[in-house]
Amino acid sequence: MSKLLVIGEAREGELRNVTFEAVAAAKKIDSEAEIVGVLCGSDDLSDSGQEFIYYGADRVVTVKHDNLETYTSEGYSQAVMAVIGDESPDGIVMGHTAIGKDLTPKLAAKLETGLISDATDIENDGDQTVFIRPIYSGKAFEKKVITSGLTFVTIRPNNIPSLERDDSRSGEVTAKDVDIKDLQTVIKDVIRKASEGVDLSEANVIVAGGRGVKSADGFKPLYELADVLGGAVGASRGACDAEYCDYSLQIGQTGKVVTPDLYIAVGISGAIQHLAGMSNSKVIVAINKDPEANIFNVADYGIVGDIFEVIPKLTDELKQVV
Amino acid sequence: MNIYVLLKRTFDTEEKIIISDGQIEDESAEYIINPYDEYAVEEAIKQRDEHGGEVTVVTVGDEEAEKQLRTALAMGADKAVLINTEDDLEDGDQFTTAKILEAYFEDKEADLILAGNVAIDEASGQVGPRLAESLGINYVTTITALEIDGETANIDKDVEGDVEKIETNLPLLATCQQGLNEPRYPSLPGIMKAKKKPLEELEIDDLDLDEDDVEAKTETTDVFLPPEKEAGRILEGEIDDQVKELVSLLKDEAKVL
Repeated sequence: MSKLLVIGEAREGELRNVTFEAVAAAKKIDSEAEIVGVLCGSDDLSDSGQEFIYYGADRVVTVKHDNLETYTSEGYSQAVMAVIGDESPDGIVMGHTAIGKDLTPKLAAKLETGLISDATDIENDGDQTVFIRPIYSGKAFEKKVITSGLTFVTIRPNNIPSLERDDSRSGEVTAKDVDIKDLQTVIKDVIRKASEGVDLSEANVIVAGGRGVKSADGFKPLYELADVLGGAVGASRGACDAEYCDYSLQIGQTGKVVTPDLYIAVGISGAIQHLAGMSNSKVIVAINKDPEANIFNVADYGIVGDIFEVIPKLTDELKQVV
Repeated sequence: MNIYVLLKRTFDTEEKIIISDGQIEDESAEYIINPYDEYAVEEAIKQRDEHGGEVTVVTVGDEEAEKQLRTALAMGADKAVLINTEDDLEDGDQFTTAKILEAYFEDKEADLILAGNVAIDEASGQVGPRLAESLGINYVTTITALEIDGETANIDKDVEGDVEKIETNLPLLATCQQGLNEPRYPSLPGIMKAKKKPLEELEIDDLDLDEDDVEAKTETTDVFLPPEKEAGRILEGEIDDQVKELVSLLKDEAKVL
């Protein structure tokens, strides 16, 4: 039986969904594997550990230390390497999040292993595990296998469904003492700028605006629409370059690549760089006054019309059904 | 300051991907400096202009990458290094590239290494942090501001839209995020000067590496295109009716509400 570590991640005290998706991914790598969750932080982690188990982990190791209050690659790598030392896993799975992207290459270098980043699906072909990942921002995909050493992978949020929560599951949550020290990098402050609540990469619904939104004020109706749908707001490069919104909202080949269930493109023409970032969304709605706009070629549903008329109406109509 | 930039040559963002015989067609493609690496080149030049020193741009690739190195020199970098793996390596992965760079940097005493936070082709974002770890230096990914004062670096780091204010020490490797700066276009005099700037070409042999030292740990077994999206339905009629129809389609047909 193989042993797979899943490195969990919490935000504001709650485990992120991608952590549960990572458990499901580990099961896809080996359905028989023992799955050991790992959690780092400065507060009590036993409740989160239980939750990890309800979603499929067999047991959980927690590392609690004051120096793990906010993520740093140095602090977290010390904690996780200590757990890896104890457990000698056959593989490691983590979310391809800001923390996952920052931490896993460091661990891979320490362990002298390969690492497959940003997998969106996992298949088993005979005794080989095949990881599918987008390249060229989703313009194409590749299949990758590990040829030597640990099976080490990060998974893109929102692509591999988590298992059903089962609170009849039980398992051990053990604390491991690790002295986290000699940190060279200090986080002095965190300025919250991200659109309130929902993160773009994990959002099920995204309302994105382009140049057609015309101003920063023009984005307000988009936020209202996103609110009704419990979604996040994104933007095209054109809108960011025109300073209607922050670059952190940019979707496309430069910027974020997203795959929500529903993507509503508002006043976006549909340049190839933008399409690369969103065309693998499950359902795409385009609203644009130009019937020739390229975005209609990838949209499931399109409305040709004035966005400032359509969006408020759509928001009102949706309020009645959701 | 001894500043280095890790640069990758990538497809132009305008390029469509065409696959023939299980390979991505690259004969007719236009190439650019990976857009995130352009921020790194710009930042390196700015830091040098402020603190003095030298900017060296390094790439691992083949002869074709000389064009992108010349562009970086025309922007204002001082020197370029091409580590040409064409004759020695069939396939590499991020482990391979990081190992080669580690060997290159071993005796360089870099104060600052800048790179893009991700390349728009493979998009793994691994090489920078891997290299920093093997060199035993600090790293910060996805930076949007960098102030250097003596040995101290004050950094803004983009974390999924939030900003972390970070203090760390040189030597440092930082990977650049959009918003850090506006990369300049090469000027005509810059382009003329770039032709005369030093461009050193190395092979892995020159770095005392052989193929086995850098053998990839992963392998690509297939590449394929996503299913073609069929053009959908453009709704018709009065806007009020279209909106009503859209909501019912999202609810009953697409089942996303």
